[in-house]
Amino acid sequence: MAPIIILEDISIEYPERGKVLDGISLSVNKGEKVGIKGANGTGKTTLLHIIDGLLTPDNGKIFLFGKEMKSEEDFREARKKIGFLFQDSDDQLFSPTVEDDIAFGPLNLGWERKRVKEKVEEVIKEFGLENLRKRFSHTLSYGEKKIVAIATVVVMEPEIFLFDEPTTALDEKTERKIKDFILQQKEKTFIIVSHQDNFLKEVCNRLYELKNGKITPIPS
Amino acid sequence: MIDTKLLESRNFLKEMDPRLKIISGFLYSFIVAVEKKFLFLIYLSALPLFLIIFLPDIKNLFKKLIPVNVFLLFLWILIPFTYPGEKTSFFFLKLSEEGIRYCWMITLKANLIVITTTLLLSTSPFLHIIHALHHLKLPEKLVNLFYFFSRYIPVLNRETTRLRISMKARSFIPKTSIHTYKTYGNLVGMIILNSYNRAGKVYTAMKARSFSGTFWTKNHFIWKRKDNITSLIFTLYFVTYFILKWLQ
Repeated sequence: MAPIIILEDISIEYPERGKVLDGISLSVNKGEKVGIKGANGTGKTTLLHIIDGLLTPDNGKIFLFGKEMKSEEDFREARKKIGFLFQDSDDQLFSPTVEDDIAFGPLNLGWERKRVKEKVEEVIKEFGLENLRKRFSHTLSYGEKKIVAIATVVVMEPEIFLFDEPTTALDEKTERKIKDFILQQKEKTFIIVSHQDNFLKEVCNRLYELKNGKITPIPS
Repeated sequence: MIDTKLLESRNFLKEMDPRLKIISGFLYSFIVAVEKKFLFLIYLSALPLFLIIFLPDIKNLFKKLIPVNVFLLFLWILIPFTYPGEKTSFFFLKLSEEGIRYCWMITLKANLIVITTTLLLSTSPFLHIIHALHHLKLPEKLVNLFYFFSRYIPVLNRETTRLRISMKARSFIPKTSIHTYKTYGNLVGMIILNSYNRAGKVYTAMKARSFSGTFWTKNHFIWKRKDNITSLIFTLYFVTYFILKWLQ
């Protein structure tokens, strides 16, 4: 089967930071869990934004689900099947209640009300958010926000997950929850960027290091 | 957010003392606003015309004038038909000549004031202007307000952009629907909340560094010899105006 994500020779340059990504090529098969390790400011987030079409690279080609992404229209279609977890949960949560926030994505996808309701219930149960459902997402703790943010992404039933530093600054219990969640998703594809070596080793089956704009595989 | 394009101007405007800029800009705007005679307004347009010489890129200035004049366009549509006074017919409509005169007056005044204040104030870094307000003995609270304004408007802008990107990542496409209105409502609410929280955090962090309501500035302005000459020219210009006013 053809890889689900292919990056070909991706480069991007920021005026104030210089060349952040310099000819990145990567291909990921369905069901693979790819970890990308790198220090702060090496362009990990930039790379994820490029895959999701939220940033346009200066150079290079992106293929998602076997199709070349040429326009915003292509990315719009692809994004329906990609779940992006942002590094800062505050960027992601903005609805009055946790419930509303979880329903936001499915409503964007134009699902029927009934299906949205059922799916939201299912996800709330899956992540154990029953106590938080009516809470204002702004009043949640850091760890709770992270879990809710994951729920808002999972509810859309994506095939690819892009996780940006999912476990940074989390306690062990919450980290365990996230690890278990990733390991359960046998069919789904993940690209996870993090600077936490141990976490990546535990959940990923392929590791890369991003350094000076280049990506290199780390032998396992 | 805060436009710095006009900062790349030639030396004269940039090097003028901000205090001088604020005082002359304020005085100029006041005079133009109360002047009622076209002849005097023509005299008053000499200042912006003189200052424009020192601007390398006039395009940016014109860009700033677009919103002002779009607003004025509405006055041009409304006032000539509604102003009291003698009416002349214009096709099937009745136009007031007084009204048209009035429109010209407003257009000229608004543009003169915007051009001059832009030329004077946008050619200094924003922080210098705030600093100068402090030196001009404006109430401290007002100066602090301006300062935070300049510091946090770009932060809010960035926050909004980030939220919008994350909405896009979850396949949000604005449409004419309740869902879209609700979402935008939530977005605005969240920005207000975020800024409120941030203000609290910043204040705590400032208190932790012993802030007690006064900004102590490190650098002070040096009044240069050039500023003497400039202020002399400005004074002469304004005095001539008042003499002409008195003579008529």
